[in-house]
Amino acid sequence: MEWIRQRLDKFKEPFQKGKKLEKYAPAINALDTFLYTPNHTTQKGAHIRDAVDLKRTMITVVLALVPALIFGMWNGGYQYLSQIQTEVGFWEAFGHGALKIVPMIAVSYGVGLGLEFLFAIIRGHEVNEGYLVTGLLIPMIMPIDIPLWMVALSVVFAVVIGKEAFGGTGMNILNPALTARAFAFFAYPTYMSGNKVWVSEASSVDAVSGETILGTLAAGENVEYSVMNMFSGVIPGSIAETSTICILAGALLLILTKVGSWRIILSGFIGAAVMALIFNALPSMGVEGNNLTNFPWYQHLIVGGLAFGVVFMATDPVSAAQTVKGKWIYGFLIGLFAVMIRIFNPAYPEGIMLAILLMNVFAPVIDHYVIQANVKSRKKRLSGATQIKTAV
Amino acid sequence: MSKDIRIKRGLALRLKGEAEKQIVEAPRSKTYAIKPPDFHSVVPKMTLKEGVRVLAGETLFYSKYTEEVKFTSPVSGTLIEIKRAERRRIVEVIIEAHPTDSYKDFGKMNAETAAPEEVKSRILESGCGAFIKQRPYDIVADPKDSPKAIFISAVSTAPLAADIGFVLKDKVAAFQEGINALNKLTSGKVHLSVDASSESCLKEIKGVELHKVKGPHPAGNVGVQIHKIDPLNRGERVWVVGAEDVTIIGNLFLTGELHADRTLAVTGSEAEDRKYYKAKIGANISDFIPQMPDSVRIISGDVLTGDKISNNQYIGFYHNSITLIPEGNQYRMFGWLPFTYNNIHSNSKTSLSWLMPKKKFEPTTNLNGEERALVVTGEMEEVLPMDIYPMQLLKACISGDIEKMENLGIYEVAPEDFALIDYVNTSKIEAQEIIRLGLDLMITEVG
Repeated sequence: MEWIRQRLDKFKEPFQKGKKLEKYAPAINALDTFLYTPNHTTQKGAHIRDAVDLKRTMITVVLALVPALIFGMWNGGYQYLSQIQTEVGFWEAFGHGALKIVPMIAVSYGVGLGLEFLFAIIRGHEVNEGYLVTGLLIPMIMPIDIPLWMVALSVVFAVVIGKEAFGGTGMNILNPALTARAFAFFAYPTYMSGNKVWVSEASSVDAVSGETILGTLAAGENVEYSVMNMFSGVIPGSIAETSTICILAGALLLILTKVGSWRIILSGFIGAAVMALIFNALPSMGVEGNNLTNFPWYQHLIVGGLAFGVVFMATDPVSAAQTVKGKWIYGFLIGLFAVMIRIFNPAYPEGIMLAILLMNVFAPVIDHYVIQANVKSRKKRLSGATQIKTAV
Repeated sequence: MSKDIRIKRGLALRLKGEAEKQIVEAPRSKTYAIKPPDFHSVVPKMTLKEGVRVLAGETLFYSKYTEEVKFTSPVSGTLIEIKRAERRRIVEVIIEAHPTDSYKDFGKMNAETAAPEEVKSRILESGCGAFIKQRPYDIVADPKDSPKAIFISAVSTAPLAADIGFVLKDKVAAFQEGINALNKLTSGKVHLSVDASSESCLKEIKGVELHKVKGPHPAGNVGVQIHKIDPLNRGERVWVVGAEDVTIIGNLFLTGELHADRTLAVTGSEAEDRKYYKAKIGANISDFIPQMPDSVRIISGDVLTGDKISNNQYIGFYHNSITLIPEGNQYRMFGWLPFTYNNIHSNSKTSLSWLMPKKKFEPTTNLNGEERALVVTGEMEEVLPMDIYPMQLLKACISGDIEKMENLGIYEVAPEDFALIDYVNTSKIEAQEIIRLGLDLMITEVG
């Protein structure tokens, strides 16, 4: 171990202050701090510090994503293989999915981290760890057959326009991963919607097809999957969004480690349930609904990207509301709008993406009014105090 | 009517190296020093030159812009050095102590019956004005102000801090006299808060509104108590006095002399003789602790708010503890992996340290990461038990937006209230420094 450290220190020498490679220091520091938590000590303020840092926080989110990712790889293979053969082995399915998905992850990390390093060098700050999560999220919310160059282009758009244009990590208004998906969705709609993209090879092999449950409902047809299928995730869909059970496992880790806001997750599901219940109640009010409105409320929660979005996208602290009250409102409205969009506009079955992006934009407004209440109470106290003074 | 305070949000850090509850006489230091940088925003103007003999209680320097505020010698001796830093800024006024103290005689006075003006000028004349700090801004009080109340916190909740209730148990009479004097300085109330968890020796004190405080750190911070009892509004002033300093003021009236006694706790995992010492303000730390190697951080004060000092330096004016903890200048391989290195405490749950609620941790000075953009939300609110949005306030301070700072409650906070935010925040932001700079900006812009 000591040997690695010494080699690293020697390697870093030309990157020190005043040396000729100084401006590339952020890149080399990023690699160094990946291997070792640095030996920096407190110079001012509190002399001792908490064990947590941004790397640890981000890696925790990555860990929380792993169950959904592994399931997504298996399901990616299974959805295809189960249509062309009668028996599908676990490794066979997993291998097929991994072969498609691992290159997407590699492209996403390669392009995205490259850009992050570049911006860090240009701007002279350290590389922020936020992309560790974004880079994994982007492929996980894409259809399995999307060409790699589209992944790369979406990543460029998300990082440059979605994040760096606003000033980098911590400053972006929209969730970068969803920005990437929205870009792909509107730029290449044929690759992002329809009934030929959700199952591997469906566009090239005629015998293979598969529509998402929401797409089926929107077309007015009946769903042939059981609730258990929906909950466990053995259904077509974006790579990692299908398995509610794996997503909930990730949510559990996020909540237990306090990395993800339980308020947003809970209120998101509540909001979606409330909206779905309202639509479910339509027939009793004499309005004839359609397949989407009559879809049971609890099934609304476990199909489509709702669970994945609420757990992993809405909780992104940078683009979410920052105050406690704000988080409740923000999460609730995301759930509400997600179900509303998916029912009212069947052209956009993925209501969750638009709902989160919409609420990302409104999060600062929510916070503003929450904080304004605090400001007002302070001003009220002040005017109360001056009144007493003048009365005396 | 007393108002009891229960604090829920906060963090009770359990650290190794608490001082034993035993007070011993400290050896008399050869040299003592008063450090002008301890008095934030005071510009010192020396009244004496190097080489003169001083009595305990004799003025060394005064504040250039509020001349009434005087800073006096804690011991009798010879003024041997006025240490200056860059731009001739005075950093230490060093006094070589005589073997025994002779005191400047201010004359005895009964604080209860004396006129308020007499009490005030006596306090200022003796240098006790330095003990009185004002909120907002956390600076030495301006005697021309009339504070709406005076607050004294006799609760210590900071990790490894000296137990102030224990320190005061033999000084109740002087404390009472100090309270009598302070009552003359304000037309409002004198608020005293004591620890609710133990029987306090101060519960019989008269002339105060007594508050029982319960909860984790920062419940003992006087700023948090003010916020709960009678929050500050724009334009208002309150004064705060350290609990042991009240006894120094009391002794001044009882004896007519300045006895600058300070009970110091030596704490921290690297300290060997962990107990309380009876000493004087400005004592040299080499009398209490042996020479420390570079691998030990010497802190004048507690681990959250204290100052880093080195061997043979002097204890800070307001500090009552010396804390020794290991320096953390080591690399840790893959230190960012969650659920590893669980011996390092974390308020987040990405370390399993929360599974060991009884464990006493042994933190080093390692930053455990690097400074990053503000990303994580909600963690600061958990350790600031005030009706204030800390992250928004910090951002307002960084951008220097005065109106916003005012709206978000800058007048109600002091840097020490943000010490736990220094500790817990994921982005390793220096919250105390940001608040201090914000307050300084308010002083120049609003005054």
